[in-house]
Amino acid sequence: MSQLKLFAIVILAALLAACPGNPAIDDPDPTDTMVGGSDGASTDGMGNDPFGSGELIPDPNEGLQVIIYFDFDSSEVRPQDRDLVARHATQLGNDSRYRARLEGHADERGSREYNIGLGERRSQAIRQMLLIQGVRAAQISTVSFGEERPASDGSSESDYAQNRRVEIVYTK
Amino acid sequence: MLKKLRLSVFVMAFWAAQASAELVIDVQGIAQPTPVAIVPFGWEGNSPHAPLDVAQVIIDDLRRSGRFAPIAERDMLQKPTDGTDVDFQDWGFVGVEAVVVGNVVQTGANAYTLQFQLFDVFGRRQLVGYRMPASRGTMRGAAHRAADMIYEKLTGIRGVFGTKVAYITATKQGDGRLYSLIVSDQDGANEHKIMESTDPIMSPAWSPDSRQLAYVSFEGSKSSIFIQTLRSGNRFRVSSRPGINGAPSFSPDGRKLVVTLGGVDGNLDIHILDITSRRTRRLTTHRAIDTEGTWSPDGRYIYFTSDRSGGPQIYRILANGGTPERITFEGSYNARPRLSPDGTRLAMVHNDRGNFRIGVMNLERKDLLVLSNGRQDESPSFAPNSDILIYATRQGRDGVLETVSADGLIRQKMASGEGDVREPVWSPFPRF
Repeated sequence: MSQLKLFAIVILAALLAACPGNPAIDDPDPTDTMVGGSDGASTDGMGNDPFGSGELIPDPNEGLQVIIYFDFDSSEVRPQDRDLVARHATQLGNDSRYRARLEGHADERGSREYNIGLGERRSQAIRQMLLIQGVRAAQISTVSFGEERPASDGSSESDYAQNRRVEIVYTK
Repeated sequence: MLKKLRLSVFVMAFWAAQASAELVIDVQGIAQPTPVAIVPFGWEGNSPHAPLDVAQVIIDDLRRSGRFAPIAERDMLQKPTDGTDVDFQDWGFVGVEAVVVGNVVQTGANAYTLQFQLFDVFGRRQLVGYRMPASRGTMRGAAHRAADMIYEKLTGIRGVFGTKVAYITATKQGDGRLYSLIVSDQDGANEHKIMESTDPIMSPAWSPDSRQLAYVSFEGSKSSIFIQTLRSGNRFRVSSRPGINGAPSFSPDGRKLVVTLGGVDGNLDIHILDITSRRTRRLTTHRAIDTEGTWSPDGRYIYFTSDRSGGPQIYRILANGGTPERITFEGSYNARPRLSPDGTRLAMVHNDRGNFRIGVMNLERKDLLVLSNGRQDESPSFAPNSDILIYATRQGRDGVLETVSADGLIRQKMASGEGDVREPVWSPFPRF
């Protein structure tokens, strides 16, 4: 059960990470996420469900955003994101088997290794908030990719805004 | 994105894998170049053509330097291949200041002798003549060496045509990117991919004997510093501590690296790592970001970037410890210091009214000269003769490489065939 839950969280994290441009937008058509359906509609070609009729377990953290954005030249968690970090803290606190890797990122401006430092400052800002809220240090690791893994390739202010971020990646 | 979870890293021996797309060079010379003639080389051997057009390699090298304008073959009144046949009156009439003649003679199945002679047309005398053995594999290197000797005789500056550059490329692959560490000749030929990974590769640095590269790899979603031997492709991990392991740079004696370590608390500081024992010694302790350390050529100082004053500026500290001393004061952003091998100048990334450009500071006069004109220029690296720098700039969305003479007069672009090219580092002089 908890394996499945963990798996769902990892998938959710990956899916959210894959669309960084719209991190806060809800799924416009929730029915698309349903597996199976009436009238014998086939799904993704995975074959028939060998366990017969079952039911999907809703992800308790569905919608919990895993990307936190930062202002220009800042590693301060914005007031509107503090609740989000607190919910991650709760999630990590509830199950000590969870591990979170905080991946810090910077926009492309300036020198690459210095940007590694700026990305690390951001992941440390999240880490400190999680620690203060009771998450054990062993559950958290940080890495900074600097400007090496932009979420958005362009060089406009809005691209930069999407690239100044910390991604929370749940692992086993 | 899920593919990101699957790790793939390939490490290659230097000679094993030759990449296909070579850098294409585009010269934007500004200075008035000197007219010279490089006569097509003679050939004696058991095939119709020589294995390499040596004259063309020399022509390309001299033209790319921006200081010379080799004339076209059709404008030559004679095409001697030996110095005894050079008619100085003819060459004076054509209007060139120097003439190069030479030939390649086959001496075995894969053995050749390459010789060349350089003449001063007005002085009517030979400036240099040299004969060297070569194989098909070493012929291009021998031609670059000839170009180096010619360049040095004509300018008084040691040529760098026989040197190499290393750089990183990133190409789109599915949802992610494929990062490659490439080594090529300084003219972009002979590309060899020595490492590739689906996770970022950063910060290549040459060992002083140019046999090894240190670099940062994020394989396994954490940063580690590796040293890889080019010929064998063997590599070893020299630093994989918790948190950041970054910004390696070799000491002049090749025994140590200056590195940036962050630790679990993420306080980036400069450390000296002994390559053999793997022991580290912490040089800076400030809470600010201290990174991008690099040795002065005499080994006395470590220059580094620190934002202890607010924004990033360049500081130096004695390599065996002391109090850091601030070096740059001009502008709000100066980072990524690199010293010229002669120790007289400091190159950096400088924020020039909103644009990140390559600046060079004369360490004696303390004046800063902005050498590039992009908006996002980075990673300056001096050629071993201290006369040219290579750096990365943007062309559209992709990074490309440019070189510029240290006086800022001659700038040239090296356009890559594919991908985002960045972090060029110029090799030391080869050891013959």
